[in-house]
Amino acid sequence: MALLQISEPGQTTAPHQRNYAAGIDLGTTNSLVAVNRSGKTDTLPDSEGRHLLPSVVHYAENGKILVGHAAQQKQASDPLNTISSVKRIMGRGIEDLKSLSNRLPYEFDGNSDTHVPRIHTRQGNVSAIEVSAEILKNLAHRAEQSLGEPLSGVVITVPAYFDDAQRQATRDAARLADLNVYRLLNEPTAAAVAYGLDQNPDGLIAIYDLGGGTFDISLLHLNKGVFEVLATGGDSALGGDDMDHAIAEWLIGQAGIGEVDALLFRQLMTAARQAKEALTDADSTRIELTLGEQDFSVEMDRATFNGLIDDLIKKTLMSCRRALRDAKIDKDEIDNVVMVGGSTRVPRVQQKVGEFFGCEPLTDLDPDRVVAIGAAIQADVLAGNKPDSDMLLLDVLPLSLCIETMGGLSEKIIARNTPIPVARAQEFTTFKDGQTAMAIHVVQGERELVSDCRSLAHFELRGIPPMAAGAARIKVTYQVDADGLLSVTAEEVHSGVKSDIVIKPSYGLTDQEIETMLRDSMSHAKEDIEARMLAEQQVEARRVIEALDSALAQDGHELLTDEEYANIQKVRNELEKQIDVANSEQLKKAIKAVEAASEGYVEKRMNASVRQVLSGKNIDQVDV
Amino acid sequence: MAIELTPVAADRVKNFLQNRGKGIGLRIGIKTTGCSGMAYVLEFVDEVNDEDAVFESEGVKVVVDPKSLVYLDGTRVDFAKEGLNEGFQFINPNAKDECGCGESFTV
Repeated sequence: MALLQISEPGQTTAPHQRNYAAGIDLGTTNSLVAVNRSGKTDTLPDSEGRHLLPSVVHYAENGKILVGHAAQQKQASDPLNTISSVKRIMGRGIEDLKSLSNRLPYEFDGNSDTHVPRIHTRQGNVSAIEVSAEILKNLAHRAEQSLGEPLSGVVITVPAYFDDAQRQATRDAARLADLNVYRLLNEPTAAAVAYGLDQNPDGLIAIYDLGGGTFDISLLHLNKGVFEVLATGGDSALGGDDMDHAIAEWLIGQAGIGEVDALLFRQLMTAARQAKEALTDADSTRIELTLGEQDFSVEMDRATFNGLIDDLIKKTLMSCRRALRDAKIDKDEIDNVVMVGGSTRVPRVQQKVGEFFGCEPLTDLDPDRVVAIGAAIQADVLAGNKPDSDMLLLDVLPLSLCIETMGGLSEKIIARNTPIPVARAQEFTTFKDGQTAMAIHVVQGERELVSDCRSLAHFELRGIPPMAAGAARIKVTYQVDADGLLSVTAEEVHSGVKSDIVIKPSYGLTDQEIETMLRDSMSHAKEDIEARMLAEQQVEARRVIEALDSALAQDGHELLTDEEYANIQKVRNELEKQIDVANSEQLKKAIKAVEAASEGYVEKRMNASVRQVLSGKNIDQVDV
Repeated sequence: MAIELTPVAADRVKNFLQNRGKGIGLRIGIKTTGCSGMAYVLEFVDEVNDEDAVFESEGVKVVVDPKSLVYLDGTRVDFAKEGLNEGFQFINPNAKDECGCGESFTV
């Protein structure tokens, strides 16, 4: 029996024709999925009632992949096969990772032939895209379970400062998870949509996003349904965890603790977090600690807590001030401040942010869920479940798209904050007489030198008719679709020679790689396990044969009768024949047969080697 | 002739209406479509048409057009959960046969 949802007047669709859409907040620490049901948009809990899915993926020994809480539990015991914070390396190249690597505990595959860095796990090397795809699959499954229908499409949020390569990587992850992406939406824009601010004709909006480990400030300008990102700023290592740290330090001082080991530190941090959360509603809270033999207990009031975190809040407000300066706007001009991220629940944060911007911040929606909710609202509109009167939200290009010109300079083709979709063309010419080809280097960024911008793609226009320098007219067109993704074409105007190379960001995956991964992911898990077992048995078979061969060469004829020797040789050859044709079960049997046949030989060898060690020695010269 | 909401369903409808911020009730109807001939309509009501029949059930205004009412008389609308999935369910004494999914039916 189908479970039906209430539609908008006149929007009821034929059975099975309704488009089910979800919004996904693919976060660094946690991810969420939200859907619209009966006109109400909210995040979905899992079967245990938890809305947040930790963005952690564990590659288990049995070939299974765990996602979320189950994966998080493995983090301490098996850190190398448990991937977290993968968003930090999405769309990044090997070079980019050098600056991040001291914070990432994984082993990267240095000699991969593509530009995509891969992390070593026991299930093989995985890219950030594949790890993200696992998280997306998990959330999509949750949404489909909750809706009782397959998803027709999703909106996934990305940080406003994500460049084209990072957006492309996010899109690739969705493709790998077999999801249709309606659109990628900037996180601050999604937060503004969740509060319905896109329904206003215009306005200046500040999105204050204080999470567990990161702080982001985004200033948006809404103008006739278009959100422009005026400025972004923040601190990638500042958040609620720092508040816990401050409380823990205070506790160390109060309790007069000298030495802090790992166990005590964890106890302190847990107590600190509980105190912080308690002080959201209460004016004071009691903290109890077990320190060795004795118990320690102390009362913490909100004033003390506020004193500990004021410096931290001040740092975030300095970032806000810088962003305002970048955007060339005065803080009094801000119409709305939207609070995002769990740490904005702290009353002191709300108070200080309110004082700074001179207006009451919006806090009605759960700050952890607000981005996913905004994404789901957009997804529902894009799926066609809303009347046409609900305007479609437009986004802008986050960073300028440029082309490299002579001397390593970057020339802007499409400036940042241009509403998308957009296409812009510019003409260039040849540099040398008779030049028949031109290399085109697509970069993204605001800086003047190409070396300071981000390289997105290289391609060549060939077949330009030989002409005097400066005579050829090469028209380069940049086109950005609604997702902020770029395609570039180059054409020589006189001859009509056109480059038909499809541009891919330098750090994206090739089509072939994606196809291969898609095929891999579609084949059944059972076959995967069989393939894995077979591979293991093949390795084992080769090892057995090699060991046996070297032993036989050493002392086979010495220790064995001709008949015994021939018998072992026979089963060995049988195993060798099987390696490439048998299944894992057959191979296992063949290996067993070799082991059984050579049992007596192994015994003889051991006795022989023991005799050799002992010969000519007194008993007290032998290490026992 | 009547159509009823269960108390659970009525609570949900009130909640959804409040969340939507506008709307005066719940429209229930049928459309001739779907794999078994007819399908249910479940919509928010902003305007009542002259010919509509209006019932009050558990404090919710239920609006039905006269053509649909023939097929829906005596129907109870419930709100149910199945695992993570949740939504409204029609218990219709007029329905003889439902398609496997329950989104459409014949009379």
